[in-house]
Amino acid sequence: MTTNPEADSPPPEVSEAEIAAMHDDPRFIELKRTLFRFTVPVLLAALAWYLVYVLLSAYARDFMGIVLFGHINLGLILGLSQFVVTFWITIAYSRFTARKFDNQSAELREDIMNGGKR
Amino acid sequence: MNTLAQGMSDGNRILTIALFMVMVLITIGITIQGGRKTRTATDFHSGGRGFSAMQNGFAVAGDYVSAASFLGIAGTIALYGYDGFLYSIGFLVAWVVALLLVAESLRNSGRFTVADALSYRMKQRPVRTAASIATLSISIFYLLAQMVGTGALVTLLLGIKEGETFLGMDAGAAKVVGILVTGLLMVSYVALGGMKGTTWVQIFQACVKIGLAFVLTILVLAEYNFNLSALLGDAAAASGQGASFLEPGLRYGTEVAGDSLQTLWNKLDLISLGLALVLGTAGLPHVLIRFYTTPDGKTARKSVNWAIGLIGVFYLFTLVLGFGAAAMVGKEAIVAENPAGNSAAPQLSQVIGENIAGSTGGAIMLALIASAAFAAILSVVAGLIIACSSSLAHDLYNGVFKHGKATGHQEVVFAKFAAIGVGAVAVVLAIFAQDLNVAFLVALAFAVAASANLPTLLFSLFWKRFNTAGAVAGIYGGLISSIALVVFSPTVSGAPTSLLGEGVDFAWFPLSNPGLVSIPFGLICAVVGTLMSSESNPQRFASMQVRALTGAGAERAGGH
Repeated sequence: MTTNPEADSPPPEVSEAEIAAMHDDPRFIELKRTLFRFTVPVLLAALAWYLVYVLLSAYARDFMGIVLFGHINLGLILGLSQFVVTFWITIAYSRFTARKFDNQSAELREDIMNGGKR
Repeated sequence: MNTLAQGMSDGNRILTIALFMVMVLITIGITIQGGRKTRTATDFHSGGRGFSAMQNGFAVAGDYVSAASFLGIAGTIALYGYDGFLYSIGFLVAWVVALLLVAESLRNSGRFTVADALSYRMKQRPVRTAASIATLSISIFYLLAQMVGTGALVTLLLGIKEGETFLGMDAGAAKVVGILVTGLLMVSYVALGGMKGTTWVQIFQACVKIGLAFVLTILVLAEYNFNLSALLGDAAAASGQGASFLEPGLRYGTEVAGDSLQTLWNKLDLISLGLALVLGTAGLPHVLIRFYTTPDGKTARKSVNWAIGLIGVFYLFTLVLGFGAAAMVGKEAIVAENPAGNSAAPQLSQVIGENIAGSTGGAIMLALIASAAFAAILSVVAGLIIACSSSLAHDLYNGVFKHGKATGHQEVVFAKFAAIGVGAVAVVLAIFAQDLNVAFLVALAFAVAASANLPTLLFSLFWKRFNTAGAVAGIYGGLISSIALVVFSPTVSGAPTSLLGEGVDFAWFPLSNPGLVSIPFGLICAVVGTLMSSESNPQRFASMQVRALTGAGAERAGGH
């Protein structure tokens, strides 16, 4: 890690107006739509599945106690499924951003920093 | 049956202290190394923004996995079985919110603190003041819980019982010394090393605690030939609860026979806790400011991948350690040592060590796990201190009192003194509170983060109409409602387990966890506040959203 005294200098010269102008660019609107179309449903699904799990733990204890094999019951498996879902979302989001977000977003950033589409 | 006291001769205590000293020396060395390269405000608050995704991921894990997770969750599982596991799941799933909505956008649109992002398109002073008060409240609640825990932990890990002395200290004196040493260390890390030093300390300590938890987990599983079902069976049998030990309901949302109202409150309390845990993480200032230490938004987001992997795996370890302690140490021995179960993991490590190499093995394993627990405390409290000092210096001192005109150097000097000041306040409060049961403060910190910080942060990133009045109303509404509801809950008065005991009773709110009410309340305050004000700044919103998603105009790392 290198540091220089300039690290506190303002970010590269680009005006607020230039950045704001990108907001109405069709490519930005498309980028935003692509991103939200992934994150919003995935987030809601993950939170819903977590809520179902908490509600089952509170109100469906006999169900959670159903033994699947040995001493492993449904509650433990559903609990572990929360780990699996979290890990899976992490991997899926990485793939999504690599395929459909990072390059597109970088392209818009370059455009803004180089003075728009002129 | 094994208790820590039996295994704790003076020789063993000296081994524990020696290991602890080695760790302290290494971390102080790291801090001084990091501090030498700390010159600017960016260095102090954000570690120069040069950390890679993996480095920051480890530091986030070091910042997040507290002694409460390390000892508390393992202990809760050891005593109550399944319900301890429930707690850790909330702590983990919460990271999905941070990953999908917060990490990258926050890194791209702020500089040093949570208030930077919150106040971006608002009137600076009122929003910075509110955000700073929320940051300080959350961090100090959390800090106090950790510090009081430290005092208890020191006596526990050194195995000093009532009436015994070690190096001339009885249990009470050892507690105070533990709190003082922790306070001194955390302030030194922050004041000497800034965010850079603190980050490396957190990376080192994440390796220590996760590594040692891994070793212990493997050793426990090896005792059962890696058969989890057999381990669970033994744990259930040893608990005396049978199969219900492996089912929900022994700790949270307990059913009270013949009192259906109390049963209802208990279950709603569980849901309330679950909500605060899952929505709180993405609003914890000491976690959020870690994202500023990366060079760009993409790296910040990738560091969350690392953090989720490390934290998830760690909670899987605590599952094994908790059930392992239930099976191999036994409830009676754990409760005899510490009624809350915090000693379960250290006791387990001692038993495992003894099985492998006799009493020496037990002493070595115990000393190792004790130092991992200290690592957990130190790295978390250092993160909390830096969150407080950054917010005091950057938001209140510079943003509010100096109208943003203070130089970076002035801000850094102020931040260092702020770190010392906050550390001193925390030490004094912790010494006063050392005999109180302050475990509820962790849940309260999460509830405030979920009620005051998360809604306003998300609105400010994604809701065009959102404005100053909304942000201020949302923050104060969430903050005050969470605290007030806890004050009027059985946590503080009216129950045998209350802070003030059963004799004083001014509790009218039936839930110990305020989240179920305070999160929607904070949200409604933010919405109503917004709609009651005509202020609106579409251009600032447009530029903020473009910044958040593309990183255009974002703060750069040093060295360009």
